[in-house]
Amino acid sequence: MEISAEELNRVEKKNLFASGHRACGGCGQALAARLVADAAGENTIACVATGCLEIFSSPYPDPNWRIPFLHSLFENVSAVASGVEAAYKILKKGPVNIIAQGGDGSTADIGFQSISGMFERGHNVLYICYDNEAYMNTGVQRSSFTPYGAKTTTTPMGNRTRKKNLPMLAADHGIPYVATATVDDYRDLQRKVKKALTIEGPKYLHVLAPCPLGWGHGGDLTVQICRLAKATCLFPVFEIFYGEISNIQKVPQKLPVEEYLRLQARFKHLFKRGEPTKIVAEIQEIANQNIARFNL
Amino acid sequence: MLKYLEGSHAVSQVVAMCRPQVISAYPITPQTHIVEDLARLVGEGQLDAEFINVESEFSAASVVLGAAAAGARTYTTTTSQGLLLMNEVIYCIAGMRLPIVLTCANRAISAPLNIWNDHSDSMTVRDAGWIQLHAEDNQEAADLHAQAFKIAEQTSLPLMVCMDGFILTHAFEPVDIPEQKEIDAFLPPFKPQHIVDPRWPRALGLYADPRFYMETRYILHRALEKSEQVISRVSADFAKSFGRESGGLIKTYNLEDAEVVIVTMGSIAGTIKDLIDQLSEEGKKVGLLQICSFRPFPKQEVYRVLKDKMNIVVLEKSVSLGRGGILASDIRWSFPRGEKGRSISSYIAGLGGRNISTDALREMVARVEKEQVDLAFLSLNQEIIAERDL
Repeated sequence: MEISAEELNRVEKKNLFASGHRACGGCGQALAARLVADAAGENTIACVATGCLEIFSSPYPDPNWRIPFLHSLFENVSAVASGVEAAYKILKKGPVNIIAQGGDGSTADIGFQSISGMFERGHNVLYICYDNEAYMNTGVQRSSFTPYGAKTTTTPMGNRTRKKNLPMLAADHGIPYVATATVDDYRDLQRKVKKALTIEGPKYLHVLAPCPLGWGHGGDLTVQICRLAKATCLFPVFEIFYGEISNIQKVPQKLPVEEYLRLQARFKHLFKRGEPTKIVAEIQEIANQNIARFNL
Repeated sequence: MLKYLEGSHAVSQVVAMCRPQVISAYPITPQTHIVEDLARLVGEGQLDAEFINVESEFSAASVVLGAAAAGARTYTTTTSQGLLLMNEVIYCIAGMRLPIVLTCANRAISAPLNIWNDHSDSMTVRDAGWIQLHAEDNQEAADLHAQAFKIAEQTSLPLMVCMDGFILTHAFEPVDIPEQKEIDAFLPPFKPQHIVDPRWPRALGLYADPRFYMETRYILHRALEKSEQVISRVSADFAKSFGRESGGLIKTYNLEDAEVVIVTMGSIAGTIKDLIDQLSEEGKKVGLLQICSFRPFPKQEVYRVLKDKMNIVVLEKSVSLGRGGILASDIRWSFPRGEKGRSISSYIAGLGGRNISTDALREMVARVEKEQVDLAFLSLNQEIIAERDL
């Protein structure tokens, strides 16, 4: 399916993920979900995993979705979306956009088997992971996307492992499209959603979605935090077409990771009397590896 | 047409005639022959359906959940560990009122690992909100599937057809397989009620807080209770259309003047009927009550046929560990409180494929004629127990 450059770059405001949901102020996931729904448009079915997004958008009797919404469990959204796609195929009801959405826990941990199955079987589904780097809905516990050094309620001394690299794992399934994005750059995020939906087969979009509550920053800083995640090279933004990395967002003015870490309470323990500990240097090393790997 | 074929294939052929649109399953013994045959029928173009090979039973159940929510007629099949892995989705399917049909090729559950037949697997989800119908033989297993889609779609309830693993799935018997046009006349196309469709956006699977949750469970419970009438009606319709009795809530054999009544489910009914005939020749009056519909449990029907029976023995292939017979509990509950003088014995038999012989059943009958047996395990090997049991 072709899409014009004009249509691709147009910012969509349709309010399909309407106001009236119950997310916290400054929630990155709520912002992302709205941008995604508006980019995808009315002819879309949203399959959502259990988690913050599901909880703040779908209490009976007043969900705020203006597109069809389907939720069943925490770890099965990829398989559910596969079933929806199979039904639309056999019932000849398409074309329709089918978007499976979940947080990092339902995507990379408990739902990892399910998403791998969906990728491998080649379903025509766009999977969007809203990555807020921990189990926020249950009160900020560590997930496999929790970054090195971050404090969560189950890593009270700071997380000792590095983030699972799901974009690369997704790409290694041989799927046609993988991309990363952040919620501050709404034009880029919406462009990637629209582009993904023109491609037949499984697609994976990984969106960094700050959680003011879990990360410990003001709700007014969500956009700023995203910009710093990119400027410090801790969150590289790129696309992968059939395994080929392309369209890497360059970072001409690189900032030290401290600038990103200092704004968030989850990294506060990494600074003793204002001075960075060696963990900060190790996190800088992660950023340096990203710079080298992606030529940022 | 009468065909000599394996139980699994009798089921797969009738399932295919019911025109499921999305089928998803994961291989597990002894269910595999059903899905292999359906995969072949789809592959050869004889059945116009999407067959989704998934990476687990959990995903198989989730795929049919999604497909049913999008308006497709759906089918899956599993057994034992597979059903246990599906457990979370099984409850969700019922709560979402999706009329999915599942065949459970009944098998024991681990540990120890055991692939042979008993009813432990389907018992783990007896309270999930699914209709559970137990087949006696391959003819009934086949016939129940034709009825299953009709009952499920009329009640918006998921339905599990339970058939004994190996004993039925792998047994070759002559089975009357209907013509496609007969099934088409019996089973109308699926007209889903609530689906995800951008033309009419609605939300499925909302969460319900304490103001609403309990009502959803009550409504589901009532739907199960009310489905008794639909099960009876569809069974009667089936008899009218196909000229044979299959399914329904209960079945009886030689019950009228029986002094001892054996109550059971599934394929063991055949062995019991043989024993009843033998005993009848010896002048002993023993009858049989078969529970076809285990959920909903047909309490009133059970009471109607057993109210004058004072010696009942429940023989079942599952056990609630730490409690005893599960079917036995339901049978005991079927009688009004305060009715005195009735002996209801409970026997657990055939766990993990242990053979249930007519001799053992004969001893069981002889014993319950003398005393009420609160709980006994049939044909236990006492030597093994003596070594382990302190």
